[in-house]
Amino acid sequence: MQPASSSILMPVRLSTIVASFALALFLNFLPWRDLRLMPDFVALTLCFWCIRQPRLVGLGVGWMLGLLSDAGNGVLLGQHALAYSILAFLSVWLSRRILWFGAGLQALHVLIILLVAQGVALLVRVASGTAFPGWPIFVGPVFGALLWPLVTWLLLLPQRRAQREQAI
Amino acid sequence: MDHTPPPFFKRGPAPLVRLFFFATLSLALLVIDARFRYVEGLRSWLALAAYPLQRAALAPFEVGERVAGYFSTQARLVSENERLRAKALEYSQDAQRFQAAQAEASELRRIINAGERLELKAIPAEVLYASRDPYAHKIFIDRGAVQDIRPGSPVADESGVIGQVTRVHPFVSEVTLLTNPDQAVPVQVVRNGLRAIAFGGGASGMLELRFTAANAEVHNGDQLVTSGIDGTYPPGLPVATVVHIERDADHTFARVLCRPAAGVDRGRYVLVVANEPGARPARPEEVQAGKDRREKSRRAKKAAPADAAKEPEAPKESDAAR
Repeated sequence: MQPASSSILMPVRLSTIVASFALALFLNFLPWRDLRLMPDFVALTLCFWCIRQPRLVGLGVGWMLGLLSDAGNGVLLGQHALAYSILAFLSVWLSRRILWFGAGLQALHVLIILLVAQGVALLVRVASGTAFPGWPIFVGPVFGALLWPLVTWLLLLPQRRAQREQAI
Repeated sequence: MDHTPPPFFKRGPAPLVRLFFFATLSLALLVIDARFRYVEGLRSWLALAAYPLQRAALAPFEVGERVAGYFSTQARLVSENERLRAKALEYSQDAQRFQAAQAEASELRRIINAGERLELKAIPAEVLYASRDPYAHKIFIDRGAVQDIRPGSPVADESGVIGQVTRVHPFVSEVTLLTNPDQAVPVQVVRNGLRAIAFGGGASGMLELRFTAANAEVHNGDQLVTSGIDGTYPPGLPVATVVHIERDADHTFARVLCRPAAGVDRGRYVLVVANEPGARPARPEEVQAGKDRREKSRRAKKAAPADAAKEPEAPKESDAAR
């Protein structure tokens, strides 16, 4: 028996991972109209690589990305770092399990992971004295999970394309 | 016998151990940042690393604007030109009147022996992006320590104050908006000179005048400007308009809501008003502290009666000047 989503892929290049994280940070820094409804692209990308490449991308990478996000957004240093390291842990921990499912069920797992990460960030924010921002803050992770099949297709593209070229 | 696995199976510490390590590190950072602010240097370095991406995130909009400008029609350009010309005429009249008024004011100030008002220096800046945390009420502008921005400088747009610079990185600065609940501005009602403190109202996007007596003379539609007595904000910048007043006999203070005059959450271009440290007289507390020290050295027995003379607003204003 094979995981549902497995097909033979080229080994991932480090440059792909770095470029995807840079793109995700870039998307997060875009001046969106309503930030609450936007998925956290960095969290989504981190989740993807932790599930696909748990030996290359893990908690350390998540923590560093969290620090970058914190400094870039001017929030307490450590807020995103904590959320992203927990997200990375859950993704690495569940990676074997998640890869057995098809895209829809994978997205459900990812939804839970993103919600937990968002919840942790929210908890830190509330603990530091900010008022509860309201429920729309949990809409972003839902959109993020809906984007999951697209993200999977997009980020696996470099590995697939190389494979197709070789086959020809 | 040796039971350790061969080196190619080595995966480092278990994920749970790593989680504990990084979670502890994050929590330690959070506490240090929230309580002691020892990590500003690290934050500056991280902000510098994120700067190229932040800058790049602006590019699509710049390109979009340029393309839109290219395709803007003749008719629209003509109408816009007319509008701008009318505005320029209006402003030039205002400027002339302002010059005359300023000359008159400085003459009057000279007569009553008041100090000269300082010329304000303003640095134009562009808003890079808003903080991803929608409740942080912070924006980032594309001027930093390199361009001589100092923390604490007020930031305004063409219609009034929008906030205050709270952190300065090499190339970007962080501006806390007026609507942030922790942000306070000393204001004055234009109509009667009543002083008050405006606090941010958080998610509502409004400001609130706290500690305004229930019988204070404030009406709907009153214009509020900075009073300038905190030494941080220059006097006379428009801040807000009063839109709602609740007077309740049970409370000592009235609840006064105001709408910010400036586009706090919109607009791309802002002005950072440079505040000159040392251009203001010493605060009452500092004077008081100095007096106390002198008194102590003289070992005078009489307590200084100046405590009672302190204005009730003074502590709040020092609070606002953070």
